[in-house]
Amino acid sequence: MLPAEAKEFTGFKARELPEGEYLVPGHRACQGCGAALAIRMVTKALGNRIIIANATGCIEIISSAFPQTAWAVPWIHVAFENAAAVASGIEAALKVLMRKGKIKKEKITVLAVAGDGGTADIGLQALSGALERGHDFIYICLDNEAYMNTGIQRSSSTPYGARTTTSPPGKKGIGQVTWKKNVAMIAAAHSIPYVATVCPTYYLDLMNKVKKASLITGPAYIHCLSPCPTGWRYGTNLTIKIGRLAVETGVFPLYEIVDGRVKITHPIRRLKPVKDYLQLQGRFRHLGDEHIHEIQERVNKEVAKLIALEKFGSFYKTALSYF
Amino acid sequence: MVKIDAIMGWKKLNLGAAITEPGSASLFKTGSWRTQRPILDKEACIRCGRCWIYCPEAAYSPNGDGYFICNLDYCKGCGICAEECPVGAITMVLEEI
Repeated sequence: MLPAEAKEFTGFKARELPEGEYLVPGHRACQGCGAALAIRMVTKALGNRIIIANATGCIEIISSAFPQTAWAVPWIHVAFENAAAVASGIEAALKVLMRKGKIKKEKITVLAVAGDGGTADIGLQALSGALERGHDFIYICLDNEAYMNTGIQRSSSTPYGARTTTSPPGKKGIGQVTWKKNVAMIAAAHSIPYVATVCPTYYLDLMNKVKKASLITGPAYIHCLSPCPTGWRYGTNLTIKIGRLAVETGVFPLYEIVDGRVKITHPIRRLKPVKDYLQLQGRFRHLGDEHIHEIQERVNKEVAKLIALEKFGSFYKTALSYF
Repeated sequence: MVKIDAIMGWKKLNLGAAITEPGSASLFKTGSWRTQRPILDKEACIRCGRCWIYCPEAAYSPNGDGYFICNLDYCKGCGICAEECPVGAITMVLEEI
């Protein structure tokens, strides 16, 4: 159930966005970085009463070039696999310290931030554990669809057909041969109160979902598509446009799952062809029409599945109906 | 603030190599990475603030009159603001040395 606070929250207004910056200018992200933009909006929405546990990944690298830090909020760097475990530890410690009266009682949001490698590959076990234990925290996955900071190696979140340095296209292959892992639905299968997908192009949607996640008691998982000019091979000025096309073509639909109820937050009635999204990116340049057709069919199927989930009302009911 | 150019011994570090000064990365000016700079045409600007919210560097900040001004100390010249401006008030021009 949603607490009263969350019900009263009507959303941010484009004219009255919070002005605080908690990821300060001077961080070392590439030009046009989608992940830095997303995390800037996330911290803007949450304010400064937060603690961040950050797994290894682009965001950790760019924000903490020793002896400087780009964070204006408490932040800890942890290993690749345990962002969720550390965040749940922080949450438990805060709870105990507040109960014993050692620190002032107030609402402090605990945020775990990780990339797609730290979520879908290496950190999946810690994430699953933390979601299952029901800690009151937000987990944000900044999904740039490969291990970008070490030089574009494939992860299980890399989409079908994409060129990375460890899935090169050529005579024997077309690049990445597996489909993207749907971590948002894996998180939803834990029956947690809040799961959402966001994209920094839709900034009001992103900030509203993050704020809502912080108002809800219990674990929340947010999956953020963060376009990456370096790894996806497109011009640095197109970051926002690529994100918009990902949503409008149905490659990355925006939805939220509150207490098992799926709600598509950006209407996907008339989809643009996937080709519009693929042809802007150098990592898909080698794909022929038959592969694009294959990707289009897969996207249509996934979108149809999502619409069915929304129509049916409950993710769990639909899952049960298969048996 | 710790000097960046000096190599530090372990005795000078905080416990756990913790950094106690928030937001000290601002001392590092990323503006030198830039090859293009954004130029704002104030007459065309409708003050919607999209350049500000879409800037990954947080280089834009509102000034008193409702305009959003780019801080060229930090702007890396990615061109998102020029691409996303709904009225085309921002143009990217080549940086001259």
